[in-house]
Amino acid sequence: MIADFGYGVLVVAFLTALYSVYAAVYGELKKKPAMVESARRAMLLTWPLLTLAAGVLVYLLVNDHYEVQFVYEVTSRSMPLYLKVTAWWGGQAGSLLFWSWLMSAFTSLVTLRKWDRDREFLPWVIVVGGVTMAFFIGMNVFFENPFAKLYQTFGGEIAAYTIQPANSILFTPSDGRGLNPLLRHPGMIIHPPMLYLGFVSFVIPYAFAMAALITGRTDDRWIRITRRWALWAWLFLSAGLVLGGRWAYDVLGWGGYWGWDPVEIAAFMPWLTGTAFLHSVMIQEKRGMFKHWNMLLIILTYDLVIFGTFLTRSGVLSSVHSFAQSAIGPLFFAFIGVTLITSVGLIIYRWDLLKSETQMTSLLSREALFLLNNLLFMGILVVSFWGVIYPLISELFTGQKVTVGPPFYERATSPLFAGLMLLMGVAPLSAWGHSTVKTLGRALWKPALGAAIVTTVLAFTYTRNVIALVGFFLVALVILVTLYEYGRGALARQRSQGENIFVAFWNLTGRNRRRYGGYIIHLSMMLMAIGILGIELFQVETQGTLAIGDSLELAGYTIKYKEVASWDNPGAGVNYTRAVVEVYDANGNLLGNLHPRKDFYFDTQQPMTIPGQLASLKDEVYVLLIDWEPINQESTTFKIFVNPLVNWLWLGSLLFLVGVIIAAWPDKDPQRVTVRAERRARQTSAAD
Amino acid sequence: MSNIKLRITNYKLPLAILLALVVSLLLATTVFAQDDMPTDDEVNKIAKELYCPVCESTPLDVCPTEACRQWRELIRQQLAEGKSEEEIKQYFVTHYGARVLSEPPNRIASYLVPALAFLAGAFLLFRGFRMWIKPVAVESAVPTDDAAPVPQDDYIRRMEEELKKRK
Amino acid sequence: MTESTNIAPARKGVPLWAQVIIWAFLAGLLVIVAMGLNRAQQGTIQPGHAVDDFTLPLFSGYEYQGAGEVKLSDFRGKVVVINFWASWCKPCEQEAAELQRAWELYEPTGKVIFLGVDYVDTEPEARVYLKKFGITFPNGPDLATRISQYFRIKGVPETYFIDREGVLHYVQVGPFTSLQQIQDILDPMLAE
Repeated sequence: MIADFGYGVLVVAFLTALYSVYAAVYGELKKKPAMVESARRAMLLTWPLLTLAAGVLVYLLVNDHYEVQFVYEVTSRSMPLYLKVTAWWGGQAGSLLFWSWLMSAFTSLVTLRKWDRDREFLPWVIVVGGVTMAFFIGMNVFFENPFAKLYQTFGGEIAAYTIQPANSILFTPSDGRGLNPLLRHPGMIIHPPMLYLGFVSFVIPYAFAMAALITGRTDDRWIRITRRWALWAWLFLSAGLVLGGRWAYDVLGWGGYWGWDPVEIAAFMPWLTGTAFLHSVMIQEKRGMFKHWNMLLIILTYDLVIFGTFLTRSGVLSSVHSFAQSAIGPLFFAFIGVTLITSVGLIIYRWDLLKSETQMTSLLSREALFLLNNLLFMGILVVSFWGVIYPLISELFTGQKVTVGPPFYERATSPLFAGLMLLMGVAPLSAWGHSTVKTLGRALWKPALGAAIVTTVLAFTYTRNVIALVGFFLVALVILVTLYEYGRGALARQRSQGENIFVAFWNLTGRNRRRYGGYIIHLSMMLMAIGILGIELFQVETQGTLAIGDSLELAGYTIKYKEVASWDNPGAGVNYTRAVVEVYDANGNLLGNLHPRKDFYFDTQQPMTIPGQLASLKDEVYVLLIDWEPINQESTTFKIFVNPLVNWLWLGSLLFLVGVIIAAWPDKDPQRVTVRAERRARQTSAAD
Repeated sequence: MSNIKLRITNYKLPLAILLALVVSLLLATTVFAQDDMPTDDEVNKIAKELYCPVCESTPLDVCPTEACRQWRELIRQQLAEGKSEEEIKQYFVTHYGARVLSEPPNRIASYLVPALAFLAGAFLLFRGFRMWIKPVAVESAVPTDDAAPVPQDDYIRRMEEELKKRK
Repeated sequence: MTESTNIAPARKGVPLWAQVIIWAFLAGLLVIVAMGLNRAQQGTIQPGHAVDDFTLPLFSGYEYQGAGEVKLSDFRGKVVVINFWASWCKPCEQEAAELQRAWELYEPTGKVIFLGVDYVDTEPEARVYLKKFGITFPNGPDLATRISQYFRIKGVPETYFIDREGVLHYVQVGPFTSLQQIQDILDPMLAE
């Protein structure tokens, strides 16, 4: 009964979204502001409605309502409460609802902003938001109903139906199938929400871009409004990607964090265009140039978001992440086609309105370098897209199935990434409008010399690997340039304002948070680059079968096998097998005990390999329990990785979040700030 | 083991026979004691570059399925027979298709298309640059008046200007 | 991409050639994705489909009348039962004995041929499996997964019944649960 109620709410939400689209268009065309207002309110209503529907679903999940197919498929009695809740996005139908719910939160939020200065955008923003939302809710309503219940028909067959078929009775299994163990990791609990948040929040800048195209108000207003939205979207998307990497590292037992899996790439592609967008909008804001390009980038980002969702869910590609094959593929495809064609058509239609206001003056100017940055991002996008689509093309046209694996991506993108790093080192030193080789050279030579010294030292002490040295040179260059720029700014401020150097740093960041937040992001990227270089170039591994007391050696570490034990945890429905190994360094000092594990989940009959990790900034010892003999415990197989520098990657990710939050933090209302400053001024003068 | 056997074929025949005799005598004592099976690391080195159709997008060395475990055993067996890495990969390609390789066999198609697209983008961009810069060549005389003598001041000015421009 | 056009003041809008290229590119992309989607949505080949000829190499010891490989066309006039299996496949084991019994039942009639196609498997393990279940009908590896790709199998085991004219008659997805089930499919085909 309660499930039917949930479905009813979903239907109402769907109709509400449709109505908001209709009312917005009608109100705008017939010049009836009341209708637009009504559309706005309808849009606002979708969030509470979807929250209610989601609440019902969570209620069903938590209370073991196995007659509901979705509940049956993703939960089981042995799962703890928090997992029953997060199972919400552990399956196709639920995760679609999760998508719509998050999106409605964003669209509702955006309709609540002050629209005084940009009334004309409002109806079209509602239209784009409403269409996207109706599409996603429609998926749930018509194809992937999370509230469908299991019925046993007269013939004995059991299937899920939204409405009870004739001659059937409700079928309630005694227990559910349980969540895929890979999805039970804490990383999996926040990775999808982050990724989805990133996905849905990119809908907002897109909606404004479309509104700007439709209304013909193509100045940079839409960019100014959505700048922060785009930054937050980017923050979530980036966080989602990083968490996904961490999850893979901790759970999949590859010893790696990124496998260039098609589905990973599907989430990476909007990140690429989004990052390019964040850079190139700055050119439009500062110089009024490249308006077409920004439009194109946001359209690409939006459609890549939908495309990514489509790839994951339609079964076009098979991958570890894929949801089961389903009927929603063709609809997603149609939706991508329609939005892409409409958007590109609009850009072409409005082409003349998007002319640049100023012109480029120098190949070395900041804007020119930003364009190069965009070119490189697009290059990585093309490589990624081609890699994803190539197996499809190959199979369709030659009948030959092929795999496009990491070697292809690594080879094809590494020069592009290196180019991006070089730009990160050069661009902050160049000026808007005009820069010459001379001015740039004058600013660049000191950091470049510093980086060269660092590289030379590394060549003598750490590695002779040329690729690594080039990478480390670039890392050092970017870090030095960024610190140099930052320090120069702070020093200049210290001199001109008479501030203490730390205050100067603080105030400098505060005055242009986007810029200095951006610098922090660049620094964090370099920390990540150190980790990536380390694991990609210097990872070593070995595998061996040991008896108790035996040891394996790898990269100066000795791993000694102490014991293994296996026990059931009936409450959680898991069998744990845990080994104890000791790790010694080259001098024979005991560094610690590691506990690599193999968990076997009874409900899904799936094993999961949990590594034992010994982390330091220098490297990480990563031990996997591959196989063991239950009877004599005498031959247990371990796989050991030593991942140099990998923890810089995770450190960098944390710094990265700090940087984005600094850049995206809402500005204080300028008026309020001046009022407060005046008040303070008055107080101090009164005190005198 | 396989390395030794392969190298032998490069020598002249009598010498090879002599060597083979010596080697086999030497090995006869050790080989049987320590088992002639290739190590896990040797197997994984090859498995890392192969993909099993049963678990797509996961390299063979880490794929946990039974089918993949069998494949790894097959690699071990073939290594023990003295096959080279190339021969083993070729065996897998003929038996299971080109998709076992981590990269499409047709390198030209896989690398050329993105390379061309990138070059086309670069071409458009640089053609654009040239077109944008030309008209400014005349104008460029105008902004030269800010060739401030002291670079540090110029820097502060630039920074302040940028900070102002934001709002 | 086509930024270059936005500066030249004389030109209006996007030049036609650029529009043509843009739309052609978009259309091409959508077509490829649509084809991929179509392929993903297709199930196995359906009954009524005339099955193309293919060659199946056979494991030694599991040859057909001494031949090391067979073609589907060799069996025109006979009912052909093609069973896809693998040694790592647990459900395959459920039906292995039934399939063998069915083969023993129909082999003497000379009207039916069973072919086992071993999907993504290694020969030593496959032999262990064949021996374990005492299978005697011709069996061979699916080289380069060509045959399974043609039938668009979704997994193993799957069994395809091809009638005397080479037309697919019935598809069994998943294991057989009894000999009777196989007989219920084969007997009407033989009676035709």
